Amino acid sequence: MKVIVAENIGKKYIIDHQKAGRQGYTFRDSFSEKIKHFFGQGDQDEIEKEEFWALRDVSFEITQGDRVGIIGHNGAGKSTLLKILSKITEPTHGKISLTGRVASLLEVGTGFHPELTGRENIFLNGAILGMKRHEIKQAFDAIVDFAGVEQFLDTPVKRYSSGMYVRLGFAIAAHLNPEILIVDEVLAVGDAEFQKKCLGKMRDVSESGRTLLFVSHNLTAVQALCNKTYYFERGQLKMQGDTKQVITNYLSHIATTKLVHTWETPEEAPGNDEVRIRSLQVLPTYQDDLRHIDVRTPLKIRIEFWNNFDQADLNLSVHLNAYTGECIFNVGTQSQTFSKGLVMAELEVPGNFLNDGTYVVSVMLVKDTSTVLYQMPEALSFEVEDYRESNLTWYGKWPGYVRPHLNFQISQSEVLV
Amino acid sequence: MAQAEEIVIKPGHAAKNYWRDLLKSRELLWILAKRDLSVRYKQTTIGAGWALIRPFATTIVMVFAFGKVAKLKGDLGVPYPLMVLAGITIWSLFANTFTQISHSILLNSNLITKVYFPRLVMPLSSVVVGLVDFLISLMLFVIVAFWYQYFPTENLIYLPLFVLLTLLSSLAFGLFFSVVNVRFRDIAQLVPFLVQIGFYACPIAYSSSQVEMSRQVWWYDFYYLNPMVGIIDGFKWCLLGNASFFRVESLYSTVGFVAVVLSIAIYYFRRQENSFVDYI
Repeated sequence: MKVIVAENIGKKYIIDHQKAGRQGYTFRDSFSEKIKHFFGQGDQDEIEKEEFWALRDVSFEITQGDRVGIIGHNGAGKSTLLKILSKITEPTHGKISLTGRVASLLEVGTGFHPELTGRENIFLNGAILGMKRHEIKQAFDAIVDFAGVEQFLDTPVKRYSSGMYVRLGFAIAAHLNPEILIVDEVLAVGDAEFQKKCLGKMRDVSESGRTLLFVSHNLTAVQALCNKTYYFERGQLKMQGDTKQVITNYLSHIATTKLVHTWETPEEAPGNDEVRIRSLQVLPTYQDDLRHIDVRTPLKIRIEFWNNFDQADLNLSVHLNAYTGECIFNVGTQSQTFSKGLVMAELEVPGNFLNDGTYVVSVMLVKDTSTVLYQMPEALSFEVEDYRESNLTWYGKWPGYVRPHLNFQISQSEVLV
Repeated sequence: MAQAEEIVIKPGHAAKNYWRDLLKSRELLWILAKRDLSVRYKQTTIGAGWALIRPFATTIVMVFAFGKVAKLKGDLGVPYPLMVLAGITIWSLFANTFTQISHSILLNSNLITKVYFPRLVMPLSSVVVGLVDFLISLMLFVIVAFWYQYFPTENLIYLPLFVLLTLLSSLAFGLFFSVVNVRFRDIAQLVPFLVQIGFYACPIAYSSSQVEMSRQVWWYDFYYLNPMVGIIDGFKWCLLGNASFFRVESLYSTVGFVAVVLSIAIYYFRRQENSFVDYI
């Protein structure tokens, strides 16, 4: 039986460019715009509005009992889809039919009030999620038990540890007993034991014939939980089908993007009269038959440029930044004298060093160890996928920018008799 | 899954089952109101006592400033402090509910971005909160009236009518502002200011009978345009009996205003509520 049928759904947002980064929008903004417009002074650029399709022509059908994973990069439209399915926002066009009661868990503990006790918050959050009072009463003991907060029931949740808070939030949602459960990235929080409980609960949900939609960046968790997977890219449903197949396709697909930049002639190459970049490359040494970069993959970053000086003392500096902007490291070559012609530099980044995530490479060419000749910020970007030994049961985001294999020994130093 | 219901999501569709959904959400309405009430006095020592202290202290200050210093008189046969307290009681109901409603959407923005429910639940739960506060401060009036040996007349049976009118007018204005507040944060500044002005423009520290004495002045007609004048005079009349001045005609503008503004506000709210999440 089909429980979710989506036909051609699209969601359009209008973006005000000039308003970027502003909190709210005041009368004055609106008035001054209108007045400027009236006198024909409105700067065209300033009030330009851009259409942005967060989702476009998305159609799919989900059968009862399916566990569907939804993957894709930030901004691919995953959250918009969930918001539409949970009726928080309406689609611009298209139609969705849902059969059965829907519970969506876009956040753990929605509407929790810090001043209220655990007990009060169970009733508050339950009501917000659409449970009736008698349903909450019925499930109350099970919720408390699942969350493990018996002793703290009459303590305001502001005194809870973040773990307890999350456990209580998930416990309430898990006892909603919906026919369709929509979950967004809950596994990102909580400890390993709790994650196991969550996954178990979600599996129970689907085994009892109910349907699960699970959005996550975490491919390992999606693989562990979902039988089908949808891959979204720039608002469109790019791939759907069997989880294993979609994830494999997805990984090889991203592996080929933007890893290589080459310019054939100096005329079209970026740079200036002194130096011009010929090529920028990320060269992974793939292991086994994998075609994507994961945390184990060693990489080389190769930079080739034309040098127009004779007898120039040059060195090259590379910044590696996380997608969010933090610098992971900055390394430079030795300064060396080069003649006119092509110069190539190669940086080796070992495997088992970077954590999973998106990384951005910036390049700087320096003369006489002091003068910056040319710099190319964000010249390259690449993505490192997660990989974990299958005996690990922790699915949360691995913390840190690097995930090095350091020598770390553990042994028994004394036996008590 | 026997009684599984089918839900259809498409542009403009949410409107269809809106009022049915609203009725279904009444438990949420109560629990949100309960939340607001129980949170307010957490970590205070006198708790709900504040609901009594505030109007009491305001009355004392008003009696001192207007009764003793400015020598304003109330209606003949009505103790001045009792008249002021009655005025403050009904005005607070309007002002508190109006303020709460106009902030209700923004204050619950964390819910709006994460869960669906008819958004009218939020302003309506603010009405419940305002009403509970009112009932507490009405108790204060009863105590003070006993102290003055002042007992109600049969006018009292009209009291619910004026309470209802007050709630409807605070809903009408509050609802409108709550929507505007989502896009224009100026409202947060404007509302306390309006409440402050209203306090002096309405017959709280004085009686409308004093306005009657100056019929020739140009602002006489404007005075009765204020929809709150009829409500406040009427409320005082219910509690204080016929000695308190009340012109039934002053309710015309109240009913007219409330009917028009409430219809517009509900229409506007319904049109905008689906886009709250995009602007909040």
